[in-house]
Amino acid sequence: MSHDKTCVVIGASHAGVNLAFALRKEGWQGKIILFDKDTNLPYHRPPLSKKYLELEDSIQNNLLKPEESYTKDNINLKLGVSIISINNEEQSVSLDDDSVQHYDKLVFATGASAFIPPIKGIKEAKNVFSLRNADDVEGIRKAFNTSTTKKVVVIGGGYIGLETAASLKKLGADVTILEREERILARVTTAYLSDFFSELHKTNGVSIFTNKNVTEITDNNTVLCDDGSSYDANIIIVGVGIRVNTELAAQIELKIENGIYVNTKTETSQKDIYAVGDCTYHYNSLYDRFVRLESIQNAVDQAKITAKNICGIETEYNAIPWFWSDQYDIKLQIVGLADGFDDLVVRKEAEKKFSIWYFKGKQLLAVDSINNAKSYVLGTKYIKTNAEIDKIELANPKSDLKSIVAINQN
Amino acid sequence: MANITFLTSDNEKIVLEGNSGNVMQLAVNNGVKGIDGDCGGVCSCATCHVFVAKKDIEKVGKASSIEVDMLELADDANEFSRLCCQIEISDALDGVELTVAK
Repeated sequence: MSHDKTCVVIGASHAGVNLAFALRKEGWQGKIILFDKDTNLPYHRPPLSKKYLELEDSIQNNLLKPEESYTKDNINLKLGVSIISINNEEQSVSLDDDSVQHYDKLVFATGASAFIPPIKGIKEAKNVFSLRNADDVEGIRKAFNTSTTKKVVVIGGGYIGLETAASLKKLGADVTILEREERILARVTTAYLSDFFSELHKTNGVSIFTNKNVTEITDNNTVLCDDGSSYDANIIIVGVGIRVNTELAAQIELKIENGIYVNTKTETSQKDIYAVGDCTYHYNSLYDRFVRLESIQNAVDQAKITAKNICGIETEYNAIPWFWSDQYDIKLQIVGLADGFDDLVVRKEAEKKFSIWYFKGKQLLAVDSINNAKSYVLGTKYIKTNAEIDKIELANPKSDLKSIVAINQN
Repeated sequence: MANITFLTSDNEKIVLEGNSGNVMQLAVNNGVKGIDGDCGGVCSCATCHVFVAKKDIEKVGKASSIEVDMLELADDANEFSRLCCQIEISDALDGVELTVAK
């Protein structure tokens, strides 16, 4: 029985918090201790670059769970403390307040941190922010509200950069995005969608420059690129990707490969140690390969699986990834992983309502939906059932999406 | 101010007083079982599915088209289904009864 056991969770992230509550649901009777260096009650991160920033919302309105829920489920939430080392032989963690905590089960929900590229002057420059947590947004807001010209330069045209640009634009900023690749979203989507978002931002008055390799930020906050161009900024947002927080995992020599390696039961390479969420490098059976995902879906679904396995109910992770992004009047919903596609079908129902369907041969891999929840939902069902789709019917925007299945293999 | 009643799958009846925000937030903030709100309330995850009592359908209003589409992710959705992150709290909701989907 688990009543005298202790489960320690490193990181009160979406994954960590969901895991803690799922443990109780699955019948874990022992202690649950959640550690996080953030002093805020655990909150939703996806809104930070979107509505939270734009509407000047408060963390209190974006809590994952109210404070009473932790008390009610007897989850010991220890905020404002960091784990500095782990002793995996004695099964204990040491904290920066000099205390030591024993564990029987240990869970890494350590997530990731914003990557700050080695640009000359970036550390000394004023008003440089990444966007990963509530304090980042607090800093951006303060700088924004005291800025007279409200000139913002966003380094990096990925989802975080684009969402932040859209939110700040709505607040009245003068926004310029500098992207190193030849198109925005180059690492994460196809040229078709990159072009769409590029147009969307330009129509909304945001300047986008591609092939811009930032080399320096000067004393007076001018951003310099290697082609000789320069951009003045009051506020600089850095959105060039993340680095998985693997320092503690590396310290105890857990297997690390593009994240903390876990098997289908979310167990790491060492006994009684698990990992969940953005920090994991895990197997996806649908796509038959290992992936690392930055998503709420993965955080929530892995948390459920991990809780079951910790409680002795053997369960394997098997979920379809999904994502979303909100920018201006556009809702992008993605289901599946498009990597490795060899064919795509665009189904355009209106200027701002369409979907892109990615195939490998006959297999549907993923769907990107723009203001088109129906294609997102049906895409999810078709991927799940491995349905064979009539691509010609699919491309016809007047066809009924429910009647595009040629053969349902399930 | 509105008093909203939630009926959970455990047959628990919870009456909550709401003033602002949406119904999902009210439910999550009070630990109503079965309302997860994983996406934070932007109609992206379909984890705040409720069935509106027949008598209250007009008070609560109909689902938007995106909501109707997202509800198709739930196998048990019907004409009384709503994603409650999309229901804004107002005085007009006073007395409404919502059954939380399983």
